[in-house]
Amino acid sequence: MGQLDRNGRRRVGVVRRLVLITVPYLWLLALFLIPFAVVFKISLSDIALAIPPYTPTAKDGIWTMLSGLDFENFVFLTEDDLYWKAYVSSLQIALISTLLTLLVGYPMAYAMARAPGEWRATLLMLVILPFWTSFLIRVYAWVGILSGEGFLNQFLLWTGLIAEPLTVLNTNTAVYIGIVYTYLPFMILPIYSALDRLDGSLIEAAEDLGCSRLKAFWLVTIPLSKNGIIAGCFLVFIPALGEFVIPSLLGGSSTLMIGKVLFEEFFSNRDWPVASAVAVILLLILIIPIVLFQRNEQRQAEAEQ
Amino acid sequence: MMRLSPFNIVSLTLGLAFLYLPMLILVIYSFNESKLVTVWAGFSTKWYGELLGNEAFLDAAWVTLRVAVVSSTIATVLGTMAAYVLVRGGRFFGRTLFSGMIYAPLVMPEVITGLSLLLLFIGLGVDRGVMTIVLAHTTFSMCFVSVVVSSRLVTFDRALEEAALDLGASPLDAFRLVTLPIIAPAVISGWLLAFTLSLDDLVIASFTSGPSATTLPMKIWSSVRLGVSPEINALSTILIGLVTVGVVAASLATKQSAIRAKRDEQTAARTA
Repeated sequence: MGQLDRNGRRRVGVVRRLVLITVPYLWLLALFLIPFAVVFKISLSDIALAIPPYTPTAKDGIWTMLSGLDFENFVFLTEDDLYWKAYVSSLQIALISTLLTLLVGYPMAYAMARAPGEWRATLLMLVILPFWTSFLIRVYAWVGILSGEGFLNQFLLWTGLIAEPLTVLNTNTAVYIGIVYTYLPFMILPIYSALDRLDGSLIEAAEDLGCSRLKAFWLVTIPLSKNGIIAGCFLVFIPALGEFVIPSLLGGSSTLMIGKVLFEEFFSNRDWPVASAVAVILLLILIIPIVLFQRNEQRQAEAEQ
Repeated sequence: MMRLSPFNIVSLTLGLAFLYLPMLILVIYSFNESKLVTVWAGFSTKWYGELLGNEAFLDAAWVTLRVAVVSSTIATVLGTMAAYVLVRGGRFFGRTLFSGMIYAPLVMPEVITGLSLLLLFIGLGVDRGVMTIVLAHTTFSMCFVSVVVSSRLVTFDRALEEAALDLGASPLDAFRLVTLPIIAPAVISGWLLAFTLSLDDLVIASFTSGPSATTLPMKIWSSVRLGVSPEINALSTILIGLVTVGVVAASLATKQSAIRAKRDEQTAARTA
């Protein structure tokens, strides 16, 4: 390096910068963006009885390939009830579970933010720890609890609250429980960090000025933690919408979620073009909450500056 | 700070019980003698024995570990590069696309990521196996690494790096001797995150693996679909135990180093 003149050094710098940009860029182009283009293309193709089971392919020549593409699969999706219902019920399940997660998560985050300083690190770790344990195992843990002769029914029968075992496993209720359980840390953490920054004297001021505690909570604490609530809700809603493991393991045959439909369409029916069309529409639906989430994060970042 | 009200204590206790009871039950019943997982029939470790004698599980565990180590290491290198480009790269052609490609995989449903990669691999005629799972895992986990590392790079004082350059260090040396040690905690947590994500992934691995490679989550999946099994309980207990030890050790190490840093500062202040 010492022998290089100034220009040489600059040239090395330019090359280094180029390498630094190019390597991750090309990786993501090849393994993230191009695959989407492939999905999009296949969603416009027709099913064929070969491997790959769709036509036309690029081997037929670019022009034949382009002219063979159409929106038939998308038309099919609108005609078949199953897909409509799956999208609507995914939205519904994701929405209900997000609200339930908020109801469970907010009081916890609130209590954590009010806890003595020396407890907080431990409480925070206790909330984060389940996030590091296998998602699949955490969902599986509920199978043994919710099943017909599972622990929940055993407990409820023992207390005498119910006379007959409840059917919880393989229903939408089990799916709600599974989503709340696995995504709870995503709700608690942003709300906790919003509440943690909240200036306690504001609540005191509200109470001094004659607010009841409940009213102060409603008029001061909730609005000031609004950004945390919004962030938490999106962090639960977005992944819940495309969830596959939870509805397959805890839900029943009547539980329709789009992630499950896509998986089955692909692996059981081997209808790749329709599976791709399902994926394209799911992506279009997801863009709205993702953009809203980004905007919320940006506004928060600007507010902090 | 304010005192905890009874309502706060109740919601924390119930919430933590909700988070931990299911795992606790799983752990307790992994030591159950009976094959019926909901009836207690006495203490036994026989399911651990069966698990360790089960070659299919051991093979799957080995595949998973290899995939996780390789993919998280490549992802850490690529993710750190990407973070550097995002924070320090300035303007370049296609910057918006680049940052979009970094953030999009974080919110992408796994079924879509998996499907798109599978269609790509089939289109290219690539044989699916360990290699394709590694490629897939590297792609989504590098994005997580880059988010973790760039949040650290943003707060990093650039003057330190410039001082090293002024004192004659080459850019590479400045990175190696100044920048890297400072961002190291973020790089390590990025690696750990990538490693865990890879260990944990079922959906993307199912799409991108071939008949030659079965990962542990895939193996667990195919047996839990048939219901609760004591062997899976034993396996879960081992995994939960490993994670708990890892997380507690990591948090103790962070605490220790924070204490040490504070002590160093105090000593420095006293001698100055």
